[in-house]
Amino acid sequence: MVQQSKERTGSQVLMEVFQNEGVEIVFGYPGGAVLPLYHELAKTDIKHVLVRHEQSAVHAASGYARISGKTGVCFATSGPGATNLVTGIATAYMDSVPVVIFTGQVPTFMVGSDAFQETDITGITIPITKHNYLVNNVEELPRIAKEAFYIAKTGRPGPVLVDIPKDVALAPCKAPIPEKIELRGYKPTYKGHPGQVRALAKLIKEAERPLLFVGGGVVASGAEDLVFELAEKIQVPVATSLTGLGAFPENHPLSVGMVGLHGKPCANHAFTECDLLIGLGVRFDDRVTGAIEKFAPQAKIAHLDIDPAEIGKNLRVDLPLVGDISSVLKELLPLVETSRHDAWLKRIKELRNKYPLTYGPGGEVRPQWVIERLGEMTRGQAIITTDVGQHQMWAALFYGYTKSRTYISSCGLGTMGYGLPAAIGAGLASKDMQVWLITGDGSFQMNMPELATAMEQGLPLKILLFNNQSLAMVRQLQHFYYEKQYTAIEFTGNPDFVRLAECYGAEGLRITKKEDVLPVLSQAMKNNRLTLIECLISEEEMVYPMVPPGAGLNEMIMPD
Amino acid sequence: MMKRTLSVLVENRPGVLTRVAGLFSRRGYNIHSLAVGHTENPSISRMTIVVEGDAHIIEQVEKQLNKLIDVIKISDITDEPYVGRELVLIKVNAEPDVRGEIMQIVEIFRARIVDIARNSVIIEATGDEEKIDAIEASLKPFGIREMVRTGKIAMIRGAKTKGMEASGDGSAI
Ligand SMILES: Cc1ncc(C[n+]2csc(CCOP(=O)(O)OP(=O)(O)O)c2C)c(N)n1
Ligand SMILES: [Mg+2]
Repeated sequence: MVQQSKERTGSQVLMEVFQNEGVEIVFGYPGGAVLPLYHELAKTDIKHVLVRHEQSAVHAASGYARISGKTGVCFATSGPGATNLVTGIATAYMDSVPVVIFTGQVPTFMVGSDAFQETDITGITIPITKHNYLVNNVEELPRIAKEAFYIAKTGRPGPVLVDIPKDVALAPCKAPIPEKIELRGYKPTYKGHPGQVRALAKLIKEAERPLLFVGGGVVASGAEDLVFELAEKIQVPVATSLTGLGAFPENHPLSVGMVGLHGKPCANHAFTECDLLIGLGVRFDDRVTGAIEKFAPQAKIAHLDIDPAEIGKNLRVDLPLVGDISSVLKELLPLVETSRHDAWLKRIKELRNKYPLTYGPGGEVRPQWVIERLGEMTRGQAIITTDVGQHQMWAALFYGYTKSRTYISSCGLGTMGYGLPAAIGAGLASKDMQVWLITGDGSFQMNMPELATAMEQGLPLKILLFNNQSLAMVRQLQHFYYEKQYTAIEFTGNPDFVRLAECYGAEGLRITKKEDVLPVLSQAMKNNRLTLIECLISEEEMVYPMVPPGAGLNEMIMPD
Repeated sequence: MMKRTLSVLVENRPGVLTRVAGLFSRRGYNIHSLAVGHTENPSISRMTIVVEGDAHIIEQVEKQLNKLIDVIKISDITDEPYVGRELVLIKVNAEPDVRGEIMQIVEIFRARIVDIARNSVIIEATGDEEKIDAIEASLKPFGIREMVRTGKIAMIRGAKTKGMEASGDGSAI
């Protein structure tokens, strides 16, 4: 498509780029410096979602991107609008979510003068964006806008920020949108090195106890079916990271579930006993490995990832393989023979029986049990977004994910407040699946005003709020590592969440005893409005298992 | 710990130096020196970075630098034959009774005196790191008032280049 180089303003160029990129929704919050963009946006049929805080705009765009597989788009104004984005951007960056953020900036002639609502947002976001731009000249905008979308979505995805001074947005522009992207410093590797692929096939053939470890890179690459095919072909157990949840069905006999600090016992033991660990789109972060010197001690490690910098960063790797997971697996599959690992699978079965996932002691209503029932009632067919805390880990451990892109959480940064705006984005991206937010009283109150946004968008979100009147994950740390001295974790002035929901025009329900659970959950599932369920639980609940600092994955603390 | 010399081609754009320098401090890598200027192609700058670290760190430095969109190509030239040069300006105390001695040192190192005041001189010297260290050490006894070093710049010997031509598409590794 050859673009006419007719004159139009910077903002109009941007709208042309949006049309080309298939942008459907912009999440944002206006202000003086970004008004030129809003003025043009209003003339298109792109939907704008007005949030209540810029952080939520990025979280919502991230939820939208993770469900739709498209790139999320955000607008914010200069100064405080831009700085409010920071936590959202860092959250998206850590989970490699493609989001493009456009910020208004003070006019070019004022840049650098500490003008009203000026902040150096490109400077601030260098460490938390894949790339960013300050557009000094409108003639560069067509190229930059197109590049921004390209960079966000290709290779290892991530957020890209484009800062546009107000005069640039208003200035006439002659430059066409380039047909081709030419970035001599950016050439992601998609195809795996054939020699390395053959070497991996050989490792697989020689191994007795191979284990597949599936992460967010598998989802980003759309390689779920290929992973499934590989697992069945060579009959090996499959574990996932937090971001990989759902990429391999947890009800499959080969699944051992999530590994890590709060991983499933069977998965954690499998890591310690395997003799070949094949990491697929993972980054072996500290919450996965536990003490690195005790990690997978018997295993050769093969690491496949599209980002070469992840390979060898945290871990010695025996077989590095850079490339797109789908592309590499397509090359690999014909090279591996159909095989069985009966003894190993028998051992996995033993581990599963010997070390079951249990709740430990707790109060009257067990959050783990509630989440298990939710998993059954939705038959694993809902989208679950979460916040950060104990509830996040229970949601990861007890729901039973069978579909990719159904567990949406701030995994890398652990950002409290992510869940509600992410649920809004997810709800707008998914027409047919129910969206549940599993949250805690602490996290929910971080971005609670977005209830209004959800209502405005007519989203029938289901919110399951575990109220323990405390920051119980922090309490758990103080319980185990700070002499049970509980400091700064108790809430004494929480609102009545049921009435709060009603204030927003939503439905509020409460679970106070075990018998409430099933009727309340099914009532929420049936009704077609935004429904908040406040579920009262004990602050003394713990997340088990738990790998203490300095311990190996197999040295978990389990309930007595 | 070892010192490696990286020759890095980057887009000649505002902010590139911030991105590179920020990456080093953020990830805890040690820059020994960094020199930057544009190349025969005005849209490209070359950074000569001397970095300290073990093999694992150097590998990470290269990989992380490569992730920056504005970084075009990285070559570790440490083990290749190259010319490495640094320029130094040293302002040293030079009372009339020691000037002769200072002149001798300047001569031995093929340096130059580029400014003279009543009781000090400015000496300019170029050379590799050892030479610059040596001249500094020799002048120290006289009292160095001020010193500024450019950091190393480097170029591969012979007809071979480490520019865009060498790599074709500019992709690294
Ligand atoms: C923005 C932010 N601030 C602080 C933390 C540290 N933190 C981790 S979990 C947690 C407690 C979360 O409380 P709540 O949402 O009620 O969840 P619970 O653990 O009680 O289920 C805190 C404070 C964080 N992850 N994010
Ligand atoms: Mg709580």
